[in-house]
Amino acid sequence: MIKVEDLHKSFNGLEVLRGVSFEIAKGEVLALIGMSGYGKSVLLKHMPRLIKPDRGRVLIDNQDMGSLKREELEWMRSRFGFVFQSGALFDSLTVFENVAFPLQEKSSSSDLEIRERVLSILDQVGLNGVENKYPAQISGGMIKRVALARALVTSPEIMLFDEPTTGLDPIISHTILNLIDSCHKRYGFTGIVVTHEIPKVFEIVQKVAMLYEGRILTIGTPEEILLSNNPIVRQFITGSIEGPIKYH
Amino acid sequence: MGLFLARTFVYAFSSPLKFSIVLKQIRFIGSESMLVIFLTGAFAGMVLSLQGFYSLNRFGSAALLGPMVALSLIRELGPVFAALMVTARAGSAMTAEIGIMRITEQVDAIELMGLNPFRYLIIPKLLAGIVALPLLTAIFDVVGIFGGYLVGGKLLGIGKGTYFGEMLNYVDMQDILGGIYKSLSFGVLITWVCCYKGYYTGFGAEGVSKATTQAVVLSSVLILIWDYFMTSLLF
Repeated sequence: MIKVEDLHKSFNGLEVLRGVSFEIAKGEVLALIGMSGYGKSVLLKHMPRLIKPDRGRVLIDNQDMGSLKREELEWMRSRFGFVFQSGALFDSLTVFENVAFPLQEKSSSSDLEIRERVLSILDQVGLNGVENKYPAQISGGMIKRVALARALVTSPEIMLFDEPTTGLDPIISHTILNLIDSCHKRYGFTGIVVTHEIPKVFEIVQKVAMLYEGRILTIGTPEEILLSNNPIVRQFITGSIEGPIKYH
Repeated sequence: MGLFLARTFVYAFSSPLKFSIVLKQIRFIGSESMLVIFLTGAFAGMVLSLQGFYSLNRFGSAALLGPMVALSLIRELGPVFAALMVTARAGSAMTAEIGIMRITEQVDAIELMGLNPFRYLIIPKLLAGIVALPLLTAIFDVVGIFGGYLVGGKLLGIGKGTYFGEMLNYVDMQDILGGIYKSLSFGVLITWVCCYKGYYTGFGAEGVSKATTQAVVLSSVLILIWDYFMTSLLF
């Protein structure tokens, strides 16, 4: 379903991605782990071509994202749902309007159908009674859940989560991860979760990949990663200060 | 920047318009700028009348105060001042709004929905600028002319008939059309520069702050430069 081939990306001479390659099968969810500021979000944004690579390509169902025309790219992007790190809710719209926005713009559903769909998805993410509030009036956890609802409302085939639990307390973080899991079971999307929630995230994904120095250092099932003998992987998942990873 | 404007025009004709957003933008750029246009228009006309009266009086032509105020406002000051006021009030807000949407990934979110951000963020502002600027300029001119009469007529003793009557003799349609063409082009120029600066803003709050400053400065300078070329072409 998703195939990434030899992706390279630099910003102002700084090489962030140095040949990233991996594959995700349909219906699988991959956890992308790695050190902060080392290109996980950059890699994630390459999937729907929000960022163009310097070299390499991203294939969705064997279609090269780089070869698509504008209309084709717009259609391809509508197959994606993206939960941004900040939520990226439209701050001039209410919670209801935010979640309804993609349906109002892309579907031919009636106002009543859209209303029912939005209220249903808000209920699924545990947000009843906040539909008339603005993003500035709700908590960080609620913002993430609204962002999740907005991403899921069109039932996308591919879901991308950019640190969906960052800045949240452990209980809300766990709730969000459980929500992702239950939504995956309900909708069956293919997904990538960029996260530092180790090992909690391992319970809800089928694959884990670690990005290190601009490349995929290792990729495997959660069990394989947990049992990995690679000292870099071991140090990262145990959070040890001592080891080959040096923070500058 | 040229490519940005070309894309805006191409998308404006190739994708269906969101009229509700266009109307909202016309209200924002147009009706919400009325107070500042009234104030600056009135005082521009008043000071023009005051200065004009003393200058014309030296040559014994004080009776031509009305046409002088009207022609100055309609041909030059109205379009330029109105454009500068809109840049300061609405242009800066446009840049900041789009810039903040950019750095908080709201623009990315629109793209991710398979939608064209130009259709929601840029085209409505461009169209609103094209509609609002001529109207604001017309209001500026009318208020300025009456402000000029307030000083010239009520304070300095020029008769109402002389002030407005002479105006009819000296102001012709070409003067009015010239002012409208200028304000239309300023409407495009302001929204183009301000939207571009917001869309390609730098990182963080500092990036948006810099983009907003650059947008206001660049728009203001370009308005004056473009005004010179328009004047030399039109009149």
